Amino acid sequence: MSSRAQDKTAKLLQARFKLVDKSGVSFLDIDTTMPTSGITAIFGHSGSGKTSLLRCIAGLEKAQQGQLIVNETCWQDANTFLPTHKRPIGYVFQEASLFPHLSAQKNLNYAVKRADQIVSPEFYQRVIEVMGLAGILNRYPSQLSGGERQRIAIARALLIQPRLLLMDEPLAALDHQRKQEILPYLERLHKSFDIPILYVSHSMDEVARLADHILVLDQGKVVAEGELTEVFSRIDLPQRLEEESGVILNGKVIEKDQQWQLMRVAFAEGHIWLPDSGETLEQEVRIRVLAKDVSLALSNHDDSSIVNRIPVAVSEIKSDQDKAMSLVRLAMGSDYLVSKLTQKSVHNLDLSIGLKVWAQIKSVAIVR
Amino acid sequence: MILSAADIGAIWLTLKLATTVTILLLIIGTPIAWWLARTQSWLKGPVAAIVALPLVLPPTVLGFYLLIAMGPHGFIGELTQNLGLGTLPFTFWGLVFASIIYSMPFVVQPLQNAMEALGERPLEVAATLRAGPVDRFFSIVLPLAKPGFITASILGFAHTVGEFGVILMIGGNIPDETRVVSVQVYDHVESLEYAQAHSLSALLLIFSFVVLLTLYWSQRKTASVGVMK
Repeated sequence: MSSRAQDKTAKLLQARFKLVDKSGVSFLDIDTTMPTSGITAIFGHSGSGKTSLLRCIAGLEKAQQGQLIVNETCWQDANTFLPTHKRPIGYVFQEASLFPHLSAQKNLNYAVKRADQIVSPEFYQRVIEVMGLAGILNRYPSQLSGGERQRIAIARALLIQPRLLLMDEPLAALDHQRKQEILPYLERLHKSFDIPILYVSHSMDEVARLADHILVLDQGKVVAEGELTEVFSRIDLPQRLEEESGVILNGKVIEKDQQWQLMRVAFAEGHIWLPDSGETLEQEVRIRVLAKDVSLALSNHDDSSIVNRIPVAVSEIKSDQDKAMSLVRLAMGSDYLVSKLTQKSVHNLDLSIGLKVWAQIKSVAIVR
Repeated sequence: MILSAADIGAIWLTLKLATTVTILLLIIGTPIAWWLARTQSWLKGPVAAIVALPLVLPPTVLGFYLLIAMGPHGFIGELTQNLGLGTLPFTFWGLVFASIIYSMPFVVQPLQNAMEALGERPLEVAATLRAGPVDRFFSIVLPLAKPGFITASILGFAHTVGEFGVILMIGGNIPDETRVVSVQVYDHVESLEYAQAHSLSALLLIFSFVVLLTLYWSQRKTASVGVMK
């Protein structure tokens, strides 16, 4: 853990931006540090300032007051403003951004010609392969589907060989089916190319599936940041983000039950049984447990239909935006579960911090 | 069709004038159009109005002021005299100068429209792909605004060919120097040489029709191009 922390000090993005609209109202006011390794999600509702933040990092927007230091290099301060074309970034825009006068192939070549390092034929082939572009290179943007265009745009951003890839809701303009079609490419991209990504999104599904780290924005301000699993186990997030409270857990498949078609996923402490969806033993999986699917009992009920009953300790209780409900944070070793209960149940069970209880999990979703 | 040597000379002179003016206007008009398309400055309105003035001014008014300005005591005249070029009225280059002013809106406005239609996005995309400002202009703006450049060239050329009032005011009627086709037609009519006037007029009519037809066809073909996909 300490070596990882050390490694991180050099790979940081320190950003301080203040953007003010014409009437003098600030709509982005941020002072934050995020890792430039793995995938960092910038998450928030529309209008939360997440795209503005990304544009400031790219230099497409010039914050009147701002400072930006990436991996110990200054991109912006009081005297410096590195123009966009001199920043070692790749950028994938929300909507289609291919040059209409160039074929898919030539759109890629536009990046190859201007790449930060010479693009080797092997690297080029690998990008084409990972993004699945072999059959569509001769077409023009107007002849491609939305999903295909976005894959070309992502490949083009990769070919510039950036040190940081910025993605502004790359799936938002696509319908559900196209999204499902591109998500696997994004996962492969992450695995195949060791490139840090800042991923702007308002979609919980995408974030849960892709991100390692998260920065939550609300009304132009950072309201939470940290490891994805840690942030989503918090019960003190702004109410607007709590519509779908739930935790994300990283675990590993350790057992398969052929008779009942179940598999056992273990965490640092504790485990969960879930339907076998074809994962292999030892495979790392990421699951999501919604707060509304977790109920509590003071004793272990063998006569319950619920398969997953886990011993946990109450670590925090907070009333929900809905006055009748409460959110309870439960420690399961170093991981957390969150349960949504009625205030009445909290009172009847006489829940208090540190109390040992049984968490009953009704349903679990594999997100990755 | 009866064309005298003087007619041929006038045609040749007209083509030379229109070509020179079109090339110079593309060089001068492109940065003006680019600036007008992208600036937030309060000067945008006044500059756009000055560029558009020849659209509404009678050619004689424009020609009159140009004559004064280019004359020995005008500010342009003094400049050209100091440079050892003499004065511009009644010379070919005087016509070129006047035509540039007169045809400016026909070149700047199509270019400006094409550049405004591009929007910020393609330029932002190019910037994230390491293209600097000059690279962006040649690799993105020029090809995407190509229909605008074609329209601007055709209109600039055709409008210069069709010029009469300004030329009469500052160019007079000197064979092979300032006597262009429109002036030659006027001369023929003045001297009651209707046959010759017919020949030249028909030629201009056909020319103008073909030019406009080409323009509409080229615009229809390119209408679907240039949208960011």
